[in-house]
Amino acid sequence: MDLFAEAIAWIFSPERQTGSLPLSEAIWTHLAFTFVSVVVAAAIAVPLGWLIGHTGRGREVAVALSGAARAVPSFGLVLLLVLVLGVTHKVGAATTAFVLLAIPPVLAGAYSGVEAVDRRVVDGARSVGMTPTQVLRKVEVPLGLPLLIGGLRSATLQVVATVTLAGYVGSWGLGFYIVQGIQIRDFAQILGAALVIVVLAVVLDALFAVLERLVVPAGVSAGRARDT
Amino acid sequence: MIEFRSVTKTYPDGTHAVADFDLVIPPHKTTVLVGSSGCGKTTLLRMINRMVDPTSGVIEIDGEPIQDRDAVKLRRSIGYVLQNGGLLPHHRVVDNVTTVLRLEGTSRRTARDRALELLDTVGLDRAIAERYPGQLSGGQQQRVGVARALAADPNILLMDEPFGAVDPIVRAELQTETLRLQQELNKTVVFVTHDVDEAFLLGDQVVILEKGAQVAQIGSPSEIIENPADEFVASFIGAERGARALHTKQTGRGTVLVDAGGRTQGVLVDSPGPEAPA
Repeated sequence: MDLFAEAIAWIFSPERQTGSLPLSEAIWTHLAFTFVSVVVAAAIAVPLGWLIGHTGRGREVAVALSGAARAVPSFGLVLLLVLVLGVTHKVGAATTAFVLLAIPPVLAGAYSGVEAVDRRVVDGARSVGMTPTQVLRKVEVPLGLPLLIGGLRSATLQVVATVTLAGYVGSWGLGFYIVQGIQIRDFAQILGAALVIVVLAVVLDALFAVLERLVVPAGVSAGRARDT
Repeated sequence: MIEFRSVTKTYPDGTHAVADFDLVIPPHKTTVLVGSSGCGKTTLLRMINRMVDPTSGVIEIDGEPIQDRDAVKLRRSIGYVLQNGGLLPHHRVVDNVTTVLRLEGTSRRTARDRALELLDTVGLDRAIAERYPGQLSGGQQQRVGVARALAADPNILLMDEPFGAVDPIVRAELQTETLRLQQELNKTVVFVTHDVDEAFLLGDQVVILEKGAQVAQIGSPSEIIENPADEFVASFIGAERGARALHTKQTGRGTVLVDAGGRTQGVLVDSPGPEAPA
């Protein structure tokens, strides 16, 4: 319990506002890495996922790639990319690793959302004369949105946890405190930084939980009437 | 008029859903395609609005091959009622009904007025316009489906087992409504069902199909009941059993007709009255 108290004390210590890396700056950097990575991943994976879900083509490839990508150790990936892209591109290298990490869940959310739409509804939309694009835009995307948000949610959680690794390659984000804490054997600092990451993750998760409910189209959530 | 000429549909795995099918569907009449499930009747129906394209053969609407027409435009010009309504669950009833009109660029205002009229036509209260399909009963959803199909005032109305998923009482009600609507609107209706009673009730022309969409018999309900083409048709329509196998029974007040179950179904009179249907 002592360590916990020390960790909490570390978080709220006035020293956190100053020094080479103030806590607030670390939090913002951490969130910025997370946000940028998920947005870039979404920009790539959402259109691709919709296309896969709509056409039903390339699904096996996407599943296989996503599965393989999940097995890649993120720590190794970050270090590898830093080596490949060069030490002058550490931010780019780290972000690329996080984007690659975020793509599989976003992709899965996008295509499974479209696939989960009742085929009879899609059939109805086509048979009254919607073009394939209209079917996607007016039917599959809005009805598949909750699952897509679910994908973004799990991507964000994975990335917010993994951005910690950015601390290994540069003095960014909350991971920096952890890396530094390990080096100077300051366990209160390690735990304190870890706790802040946990809080960020919980808050982001809660935000996405709310968002997931909000995007359920009206009419789908509306109560089912008696069936006569 | 819709005409099928030597239409064949073969799926990649080699099954013949439809083989060398010919049929003329007269305008302003109801043609019912009836057969057991898997006989290809829905495939035939879906060929008319190019939801399915034939492997070979020609389908013409008013002498024009539909293969030359843009599939999306063709579908918008043909009303289609699906078994489950096929309504968009995230759109209000009014927006479901106006789907085709809005796709064709009709203004929101005009489309809305038209939708409300259509709700009257299909016997729905205008108050449900703002509801979502999920809040309606199965029968109401079916009526909304019919209203949507009628929205662009198409000449042709395709109905794919539209009353298959509702209970018998609602089904009977919807069948009566369909007859009334058809008298009012005079569309070319193509109706698919596996229910032979429904076929005889609604059809001006009934097409009985065997496996692979082979035509067993085409004719008016009377022609088919009076003169079934073969054993298959006779057994399919149940000509010799149940409610259709009637025998006479003498009573003190005249001759009555009794079905196979022993229930009296009606009284035998000398000739049809002046108002009897042809």
